[in-house]
Amino acid sequence: MARDDENLTAPYVLEYKYRRSCGPVVGRFLAALKDGRLEGVRAADGRVIVPPTEYDEHGEPTGEPVALAPTGTVTAWSWVAAPRANHPLARPFAWALVKLDGADTALLHAVDAVEESRMKTGARVRARFAAADERVGHIRDLACFELLPGDAHE
Amino acid sequence: MSDAIKGFTAPVRLAYTVNAGRAASRFLRGLAERRILGQRCPVCKKVNMPPRGACPTCGVPTEEEVQLSEVGTVTTFCIINIQFDAQARELPYACASILLDGADTTLFHLIQEVPVAEIRMGMRVRAVWDDERRPSLDSIRHFRAAGEPDAPYDSYKEHL
Repeated sequence: MARDDENLTAPYVLEYKYRRSCGPVVGRFLAALKDGRLEGVRAADGRVIVPPTEYDEHGEPTGEPVALAPTGTVTAWSWVAAPRANHPLARPFAWALVKLDGADTALLHAVDAVEESRMKTGARVRARFAAADERVGHIRDLACFELLPGDAHE
Repeated sequence: MSDAIKGFTAPVRLAYTVNAGRAASRFLRGLAERRILGQRCPVCKKVNMPPRGACPTCGVPTEEEVQLSEVGTVTTFCIINIQFDAQARELPYACASILLDGADTTLFHLIQEVPVAEIRMGMRVRAVWDDERRPSLDSIRHFRAAGEPDAPYDSYKEHL
């Protein structure tokens, strides 16, 4: 306990366990993640948006889901040297925008690059999924991306 | 192929360390000695409890410490009939704003040992201390009926 002339302190946790409804389009994307697959959605102008949205940026409703490869290209990234408790990886990693092969927009996710020196814009990456029996239909079913062999920037 | 996901849990969690500050630390240590302390404002002369080191009305520092009675008057109350998380009490139970004798602000605490239907404005109540002494408002287990005649409305109408 604190000395008699010191201020008392106590832990205090404020927590709201929100349950969010995700709608049919994101719901389908999350179901695909649960199955270990990546999906985008076809916009009215033919582009493939991922993660899928119900409407594109012009307000046009989007259409059918589009299956995507588990590989893509880093378009931008930021290094996290000291991951925090709720981050997807316990060791240093990169937050990155990953444009999946076949997609026209980039997805924000973690890249398990281990060393900052191995990251570069343009790096080729592959999705790493959580084990099938751990997947629940959540963005974390996609555990992270990892650098494709031979593409690490030394 | 899995069915479309309908929703997910997205918790918002903020883990704080609360620092009680000097005045409230003295108040809490007082509770461990079964003393309820307030502070009198040098300008308006009102006694604030719990003390905050400054008068919320006048904005001036408060230093004069006042020991308050463990007996007070119920100014308002509510009866809880609905179960919710983090609640470990049998329903129904009552919480009340209690104006301790000598104080000008009210304390929000439990009323027990009395049927909820008998709880009323003006009722006189007395603190029941916990066996374990610690610098926490939990040192007061609850308030019970003091067995005194009800306080007249005029005596607490400024504190509702």
